[in-house]
Amino acid sequence: MQFDVAIIGAGVSGALTARELSRYNMQVALIEKGSDVAVGSTKANSAIVHAGFDAENGTLKAKLNVEGTALMPQVCKELNVPYKNIGSLVVAYSEKEMQTVQTLYERGVNNGVPDMRVIDKAELKELEPMISDLAVGALWAPSAGIVCPYELTIAAAVNAAENGVGFFRNCEVKGIEDDGEYFTLDTAQGEIKAKYVINAAGVYSDTVARMIGDDSFNIIPRKGEYYLLDKSECSKVKHTVFVCPTEMGKGILLSPTVDGNVLAGPTSIDIEEKDDVDTTAAGLKLVSDNAPKSIPTINLRNSITSFTGIRAHTDRKDNDFVIGQSEKNARFINVAGIESPGLSSAPAIGKYVADIVLSLFPCEKKADFNPERPAPVRFREMSTEERKALIEKDKRYGRIICRCETVTEGEIIDAIQGPVGAIDMDGVKRRTRAGMGRCQSGFCGSKVVEILARELGKNVNDITKYGGESKIIYERTK
Amino acid sequence: MLNYDLAVIGGGPAGMAAALEAKENGVEKIIILERAATLGGILEQCIHAGFGLHYFKEELSGPEYAYRFIEKVKATDIDVKVDTMVLTIEEGNKITATNNVDGLIEISAKAIVLAMGCRERPRGAINIAGSRCSGIMTAGTAQKYVNIDGYMPGHKIVILGSGDIGLIMARRMSLEGAKVQMVCELQPYSNGLTRNIVQCLDDMGIPLKLSCTVVATHGKERLEGVTIADVDEKLCPIPGTERFVECDTLLLSIGLIPENELTRMAGIDLDRVTNGAVVDEYRQTSKEGVFACGNVLQVHDLVDYVTIESKLAGKGAAKYIKGESEKGEYIETQGINGVRYIVPQKINSKTDDDVNLYFRVGSVYKGAKIVVTCGDKVILSKKRPRMCPSEMETVTIKKDVIESIPAGEKLTVRVEE
Amino acid sequence: MIKNIICVSCPMGCPITVELSDSGEVINVTGNTCPRGKAYAITECTAPTRMLTSTVKVNGGRTAMVPVKTSKPIPKGMMFDIMKEINSVEVNSPVAIGQVIIENVLDTGADVIATNED
Repeated sequence: MQFDVAIIGAGVSGALTARELSRYNMQVALIEKGSDVAVGSTKANSAIVHAGFDAENGTLKAKLNVEGTALMPQVCKELNVPYKNIGSLVVAYSEKEMQTVQTLYERGVNNGVPDMRVIDKAELKELEPMISDLAVGALWAPSAGIVCPYELTIAAAVNAAENGVGFFRNCEVKGIEDDGEYFTLDTAQGEIKAKYVINAAGVYSDTVARMIGDDSFNIIPRKGEYYLLDKSECSKVKHTVFVCPTEMGKGILLSPTVDGNVLAGPTSIDIEEKDDVDTTAAGLKLVSDNAPKSIPTINLRNSITSFTGIRAHTDRKDNDFVIGQSEKNARFINVAGIESPGLSSAPAIGKYVADIVLSLFPCEKKADFNPERPAPVRFREMSTEERKALIEKDKRYGRIICRCETVTEGEIIDAIQGPVGAIDMDGVKRRTRAGMGRCQSGFCGSKVVEILARELGKNVNDITKYGGESKIIYERTK
Repeated sequence: MLNYDLAVIGGGPAGMAAALEAKENGVEKIIILERAATLGGILEQCIHAGFGLHYFKEELSGPEYAYRFIEKVKATDIDVKVDTMVLTIEEGNKITATNNVDGLIEISAKAIVLAMGCRERPRGAINIAGSRCSGIMTAGTAQKYVNIDGYMPGHKIVILGSGDIGLIMARRMSLEGAKVQMVCELQPYSNGLTRNIVQCLDDMGIPLKLSCTVVATHGKERLEGVTIADVDEKLCPIPGTERFVECDTLLLSIGLIPENELTRMAGIDLDRVTNGAVVDEYRQTSKEGVFACGNVLQVHDLVDYVTIESKLAGKGAAKYIKGESEKGEYIETQGINGVRYIVPQKINSKTDDDVNLYFRVGSVYKGAKIVVTCGDKVILSKKRPRMCPSEMETVTIKKDVIESIPAGEKLTVRVEE
Repeated sequence: MIKNIICVSCPMGCPITVELSDSGEVINVTGNTCPRGKAYAITECTAPTRMLTSTVKVNGGRTAMVPVKTSKPIPKGMMFDIMKEINSVEVNSPVAIGQVIIENVLDTGADVIATNED
C-alpha cells in the first residue's frame, strides 16, 4: 500500500491533521496502534478549550493555543460536535494569588487572548455563585470553552475518511525504513509506504522518532487522575474553574463537560510506563480533597467513574510542543509533546502541519472536499415529534438499549456501521454514550455485546472492551 | 393518545402484583409497560431457590415465583407492552414510551404505579483504584451472562461485597466450574443471609474475608488480579496489609440503588435514606395518583415483601381511581436511635386498615427491643433476638391506635438495647 | 469428633456444636436455642441435603438456557456429580415450566425439572 502521507497516531492531532490534508489531492493514511481512534492521551484529559494565557509568550504552545481556540467553534460546527463557549476562571484566594492572576492576564494579552478581565469577588460570585467564600477575585477568560476530546477526534476521523483518508486501526508501527523517496513502515498489518511521515504518536512519539534515528526528545509520561461526577452535580459549576498555578502545578480544576457532567482533576505525576493508566488511591484522594476548595458544595461521592489520562510531556528545556521537520529527515514531521493545551491547539496544529506538508509537497485542493460530518442521531436530545418521525422511518430507533443515557439500537448500529465505525464496547460507548451513565453498562452491556457481534458478524465471546485480550465473556457455560 | 385507568411502569414482581391487585379491586383498563423482553423483572435471572417462603409458604426459584404472577396477568385483560421503555412522565399523568413495534407511545392514565426496580452500584460508586480493563462487572450482570445468555464471564473470580447477590453468584460460578478465590466484605459482618453464607460459601469452600476490601485492580487488557487490604474500624484500608490475589474477574456486589430517574422527572419527593419516594400507607407519593412500590421505593431483601407492598399500592391506586381514598391528616413516621428509615414515611389518620411499618437498622443488634412511641406514649415494644442491616424489619400498628393519634404528632420507632 | 455449624433455620444464626461418635452417630448437640435448630444440626451432620439449581441448554428457544432445579433436596456431596449430568443434556424448545428434564437423577429419587418456560 502506497500513500503520499502516513500519519502515525489517530489522536486529536493526528485526526485533525488528516482532515486538513484531506482537503488536498493527496493520498493520506492514518495509522493507529489502538483498536480505535482517540484511545491514547486524547481520550482522557480535562476536555477544556483553553483561552491561552498559560503558555509563555512566543512559544508554539501560545501561538497554536490562541489560534486553535479561535478555530474551534467553526471546526466543531462543521463536524457537528458539541462545543460550549462557557469561559474560564482562574480563582485567587489571597492577594498574593491576585498577583499571579495579574501576571496571567498580562501574559494572555501578549499571547493575543481576547476579552480577558481581572474581576473582583462580587463579580466572581455573580459568574460562579457556588464559589468558595474564601475567593478574593479571578481572571475571567470568556473565550475558553469545553469540547469532548474523543467526540471531536472521532468526528474529524469520520470526516477525513469520508474525504478519502485511509484508516488502519490495530496497526502498530514496528519499524521505519527510508529509501530517500519512500518510507516503508513495518506495521502489524504489513508494509505501508509513504513519501512523508507525520509522527503524531502521542506518548510513543519518541519511540517512533527513534525509528528514523531522531533522538532529539524523550517523552516523560505524566499521569493525571480525574473523577467524573454525575449530572446531578452540574448545577454547581458554571464555568471551568482553575485554582492559581503554583510551582507545584496547575492544581485541581472543576469543569462542566459538554454532556452535562462535572470533571474534577487532574493530578500530575511523572511515571515510568507509557501505558500506565491505572488510577491510584493517593491520586484520587488528592482530587477529592482538593476539588471542594473552589466549590465547597461539590460532592465527590456523586462520582460515576474515575480515570487516568497520560500527557506526553517532553524532556525539552523549552517545554514547548515539538512540531516540525525532523533534523534527521526532512520528510519526517514530528508532532510531539502535545500536552496541554494540545486539545485547544489541535485545529491549529492540523493547519500548521498541513502547511509544512504542502511546502514540501505542493498539491491542489480537492474540488469535492466536504467539510461537514453529518450529525449523528441523538435520540436523547430530540423532541417527542422528532422522535416520532425518526422511529417511523426506522423502528430500530424505537428500542432503547442504554436506559441511563437513552441510547437506541439504531444509534448503536450507526456507530458500528458508519465510517471508522466502532469495533468494540468502548468504541460504541465513545460514539453513543451507551454505558457512560449511572449504571456504567451494568444493564446494557450484554445487549451492546450482542449488537456488536451481530453487526460485525462475530461471536459474542469475541467482542472486547477495547481490543486485545479485553474480552467481555468467555466460552459457553455448557 | 391511549387512555388507561392505571399505567404500571415495570413488569417485575412489584408491577405485576400492583396491577393484579388493582384489577381485583375493580380497576378496568390497566397497562403494564416493561422494558425487558418478558415480564418477571430481575427474578428471571435469579434461578436459585429461596423465594416465596413467606408469601406462598413454599420454596420457589425466581422464575417460578414470577411465573405465578405472569400466568395471572395473562388470565386477565391487563394490557402488557414488553421491550418498552418509558421516556417521560409529565404533568397530568401523561407517559411517553417507546419500543420497536409501536414506535412512540403516548399514554394518559388516571393513576400511575412506579415499579421500575433498582440497579446495582457500579465500580465508580466506590472508586476502586487501578486499571479500567475488562473483567470487572457487577454480580447481577454476571448473573445475566451465566443464567440467561449461557456464557462464562470469567474463570478465576474475586467477589467484593457479601450481599446476597454476591453470595449467590459465588456458588453459581463455582457450580459452573469457575474458581471463586474469595468474597471480601468491607464491614465486620456479612450483608447476606446466614443461610447463603453456609450454602453458597461454606459448601463451596470459599473463604469470606470480613473487614477487607479491594483497593486496586490490575491488568492491561483483561483483569489479572486485585490487591486486597484489611480495613480499620473506620473502614479505611490499613497500610501494610495489602496483598495480591490472582483473578480474571472481579464481581461487585456493593449495594443497590432504586432507579428513580422517572420519579425525579415527575417532581416527586424522595427520601434521602431510601433513595425512593416518600409515600403514605398505600404507597402514594407526594404526587396524587402516583404510587410507588417494590425496589424502586426501597431495596427489599425478600421478594415476598415486594409482593405485599405492591398489593398495597395496587389497592391504593384502585381506591384513588374510584375516588374512594380517605382524606385525613397525615401522621409522619420517624426512625431514630438505630432505625435508619421507615416506609411508609406518613400515614393517613383515617386509614382503613392496620399499617405495617418497614424499616432497617444501622448495625447488628442482639436481644434489643424495637420501641414505637408517639410523644411520650409507648405504643409498642417488642424484643428481637437479632437484627441486622441486611434484613428488613417490620412492626404492625393497629388501625385504632392510628386513629387515636392526635394531629401533628409523629410516630417514632427506635432500637432500645 | 466435634462439628461446629451455624444454624440456618432462622435469621438468628445460632452457632451449634455437634458431638459425633467415630461411626458418625450424633452424641450431643449444644448451642441451639430451639428444637428446629437441633433437628437442623443433626441432619446437617449426618445426611446434609441441598436444593440444586442450574441451567440447561435449550435449542431454538427464546433464550439460550432454561433454569432447572432438583425436585427435592439432594445429598450435598452429590452436587457436582449432578451438575455433570445437567451439563450433559440439551432440550428442544418448547419447554414447559415443571417439565422433567432428567428423571431420577443419579438415583437420588429427585428429578431435574425446568423452572421456567422457554
